[in-house]
Amino acid sequence: MSVALRVIPCLDVDAGRVVKGVRFEGLRDAGDPVELARRYDAEGADEITFLDVSASSDGRATTLETVTAAAEQVFVPLTVGGGVRSVADVEALLRAGADKVGVNTAAIARPELITDIARRFGAQVVVVSVDARRCPAGTPTESGFEVTTHGGRRGTGLDAVAWAAEAADRGAGEILLNSIDADGTTAGFDVEMLTAVRDVVDVPLVASGGAGRVEDFVVAAATGVDAVLAASVFHFGTLSVGEVKDALRAAGHVVR
Amino acid sequence: MPVETPGPRPSVVVLDYGSGNTHSAVRALERAGADVTLTSSPRAVAAADGLVVPGVGAFRAVMEQLLAVRGDQLIERRLAGGRPVLGICVGLQILFTEGVEHGERTDGLGQWPGSVDRLDAPIVPHMGWSPVRVPEGSVLFEGVEHERFYFVHSYGVQTDPAAALAAAGETPLSPPLVTWAEHGSPFVAAVENGPLSATQFHPEKSGDAGARLLRNWVQAL
Repeated sequence: MSVALRVIPCLDVDAGRVVKGVRFEGLRDAGDPVELARRYDAEGADEITFLDVSASSDGRATTLETVTAAAEQVFVPLTVGGGVRSVADVEALLRAGADKVGVNTAAIARPELITDIARRFGAQVVVVSVDARRCPAGTPTESGFEVTTHGGRRGTGLDAVAWAAEAADRGAGEILLNSIDADGTTAGFDVEMLTAVRDVVDVPLVASGGAGRVEDFVVAAATGVDAVLAASVFHFGTLSVGEVKDALRAAGHVVR
Repeated sequence: MPVETPGPRPSVVVLDYGSGNTHSAVRALERAGADVTLTSSPRAVAAADGLVVPGVGAFRAVMEQLLAVRGDQLIERRLAGGRPVLGICVGLQILFTEGVEHGERTDGLGQWPGSVDRLDAPIVPHMGWSPVRVPEGSVLFEGVEHERFYFVHSYGVQTDPAAALAAAGETPLSPPLVTWAEHGSPFVAAVENGPLSATQFHPEKSGDAGARLLRNWVQAL
């Protein structure tokens, strides 16, 4: 009778197009976001995540339109993140058709934003995205993992494990843990990081960054995460959502 | 895509009282064959074949917003006339006696006995696709008894409203038909009770299974 492990395709959207790079650089065009979302829905995706990576305000306005168009045609939950700075930003996204909203940099600068959003819309709306890396020499944290901003280009000195726990305490309904070292490399999830965060977080945890082969999802699932998220392997057709689910099911995990 | 039944489409009002994402509920009901309006106009609410009460967020906040548009009276009046109402998520919760959040009690609409309390499970919110235990005679779940539905909530009703009514010596004409799900412990996933139905999960976000459930409700209007 237990809840199924979720498989979530993530679409990085820039000015109405899906893009994907390696470690947030060298972006390639990967198609129309609404079309891709529909395809993933048909393949059995349990949720769809849009990450707005637009640099311009025009690009952001286009993202709202994209979310609305997707919500018209896709009947699984939609999470939208990227550049969310305020309760008003969250409200605009929810009105456009998002079910959950991801916050990242703004919550690091102003952690009370998490509580503000949770009070207004409920904890289930707030996904705190943590872009974390293994500490480079000279910036040690207790766990050995550090929170980054700006797509992994800037360190914050903040302990990623402690921050994930704090975000949950402040009212996050879910933590999306993205490994910057692994992002886009298709070399596998950072299992050690996932395990460290799972140990201290009692809200749903989503594993992100590094998916390449079906086996990677099985290894990540074994850490006790509630969902596994990937982008490039799905966009470029390396894997289908169904193949990932088959592998998870074969390994004994409950999937839809 | 399913073939929609010919003939006039039943009219459905999605109650617009400022609670969360109503976009998907409207679209999903349209897809289920209804002619949908998003409004809190008392006249429109009274005239519709079906009323959907969505709800996202905290019990107290949702109750306050609902009372602000006199949603309690609108719902009461429809039920008195045997006119169908469907509550979704917190729209189910507020139909019970009360909600308790952070030790604070808020009165619900009291259509069914029971308290909405925090779920007792290692991971909360309960977020994702769970199976349901459907009783004999369910109309809502016809054809989707063995499917999973999308839940996202931290609170739920963990007692049986039908048993509570019986214990109180009340013998309603049609006792509530309860569908259960489990997260840590069993909780009420849906109730069907004459004109009043409700689901704790989001049928509008539950893919094809949710679409079938909404179609079952719309076709019975």
